[in-house]
Parts: sequence; C-alpha cells; structure tokens
Amino acid sequence: METLFTPLTAFGGGLLIGLGAVMLKYGLGRILGASGVLAGVVFPSSREDFAWRAALVLGMLLSPLALFAFTGSMPVVDVPVSPLMIVVGGVIVGFGASLGSGCTSGHGVCGLPRLSVRSLVAVPTFMATAVITVFIIRHVLGLGA
Amino acid sequence: MKLFFALITGLVFGIGLAISGMMNPAKVLNFFDIAGTWDPSLMFVMGGAVLVTFVGYRLVWRRNEPLFDGQFHIPSSNEIDRRLVGGSALFGIGWGIAGFCPGPAIAALGTGRWEAALFVASVVAGLGIRRLMVPVQAQAKAG
Repeated sequence: METLFTPLTAFGGGLLIGLGAVMLKYGLGRILGASGVLAGVVFPSSREDFAWRAALVLGMLLSPLALFAFTGSMPVVDVPVSPLMIVVGGVIVGFGASLGSGCTSGHGVCGLPRLSVRSLVAVPTFMATAVITVFIIRHVLGLGA
Repeated sequence: MKLFFALITGLVFGIGLAISGMMNPAKVLNFFDIAGTWDPSLMFVMGGAVLVTFVGYRLVWRRNEPLFDGQFHIPSSNEIDRRLVGGSALFGIGWGIAGFCPGPAIAALGTGRWEAALFVASVVAGLGIRRLMVPVQAQAKAG
C-alpha cells in the first residue's frame, strides 16, 4: 500500500518531537527515550523515578485527543501487518531497546545531537536492520503490502 | 510543578509524533521499503527533531542545572559493545516487522487502537524478558 509523501508535516512534527526532548532536558535534565520511560513506569526503581515518567506517558496518551481538539481529526494509524507480527515485532523491539539502551527517541532524537558515540553506532545499525527486515518480508517472502 | 511540566512535555512530544506520521505503521514500513513503495517522509522527521535538539541542547547546557533537578542526567558511557550493537540490530528487526517503535506506539494508545495496545504490551514483555536474562545493573544506561 502506497502512502503519500508528506515532507512538511513530517518536518513540522519532527520540530515538535525535538522541542519535547529539549523541554525534558531543560526542565528535568533527562534524556527523552521512550523505551527507557516505559521501562521506568512498568518496572519502577523508586517512586521519584516513577512519577515524572508516568506524567510524561500520561501527556503522550492525551496527545491524540489534543490534536483532535485543534484539528478535528485523529492521527492516522494504518497497521498493514498481522496481530502475530505485532506481537513478535513488539517483543523483539522491547528486548532490543533494553539491551541496546535506547530506541528511536533515545538514540536518534537525543543521542545524535549529543554526538554520542554509542548513538552514532546504534542509529545506523537499527535503520539498516529495519530496511533489511522489510526487504526480506516484502520482497523475498512476499508477505504484506 | 515538575510533574505538570513532564505532562506538558509528553503532550508536545506526542503531538509531534502524531503530526509527523511516526504513529502510522503503514508509513513507517514504506519508509524502510526502499525497493518497493518507498515513502521518504520520515527522513524529515528525524531531520526536524535533531535540528531542534542540536541547537536546543546547547542552549540548555549553558545553564548550571535544570529547572526541577539538581543536575543534568547525561549518559557517560562511550563503550561500543556487543549489547549495544546486538540490541540495536534486534530493535531494527522488530521495528521492521511491526512498523511501530515505542514512543509513537505509546502515544497511539491514546487513539484507542487495539493494535497499539497489543504492541506496547509486547514491548513490555520484551523489556521484562531482557531483565530476566541480563541483569540491568550490569549495563551502562545510555539511551
């Protein structure tokens, strides 16, 4: 299934994502890494560490409704894969993000501008394996759109 | 006040994810599908985000400390080890299978879509499995 090329909304959304990361650094001095935040909410190490992460997650959960209030439409969520692929992909994402100490937000949005050596290795690594995985699924195995 | 600030930050971050298209697995998977129905839009997401953080972080670091904390929490490890490379490689494989990554999926829970809930629950399972297999204390936090 084709999707429209939307460079302007992509760039505008990216600016807000970056603003969120800068706000968290300015206010709390923390890296905005979604997998780390999720881990801190589900497996909290202390009440202090849990509270701000839970508040951040709550804000994220409210964001589609906030967008709806501004624009009158909910964000598009088209999922062209099976429930089994969602589960398998999700487990691997959680395991990998934890082992690799970060995901797209932690290593990408926050790590690259810090010129973190680990993030400069992590981001090309997961981008490359994602491209290879989609190539194998769609063009070798012939699954999905 | 600190928690309210964190909530507003999550709201800004989530609205950015929603506008950007990152919450849409069809678009994410097309971004990876260079040989097929390639949609390069998401390059602009990372471009916009890193542009803001690159400049913004440097402005913030001029301050002695954040508003609501005594210090900046900056990961200090520079070690390139098997866990980093292997974990990141696995992360990309999972992302390529499902089309969601953790941030957009958490925000997409707010749309009420069951697929987002199933994915986030699976991510939590993956985080838990990792904690059972490899002790967290043994690993430097970097993300």
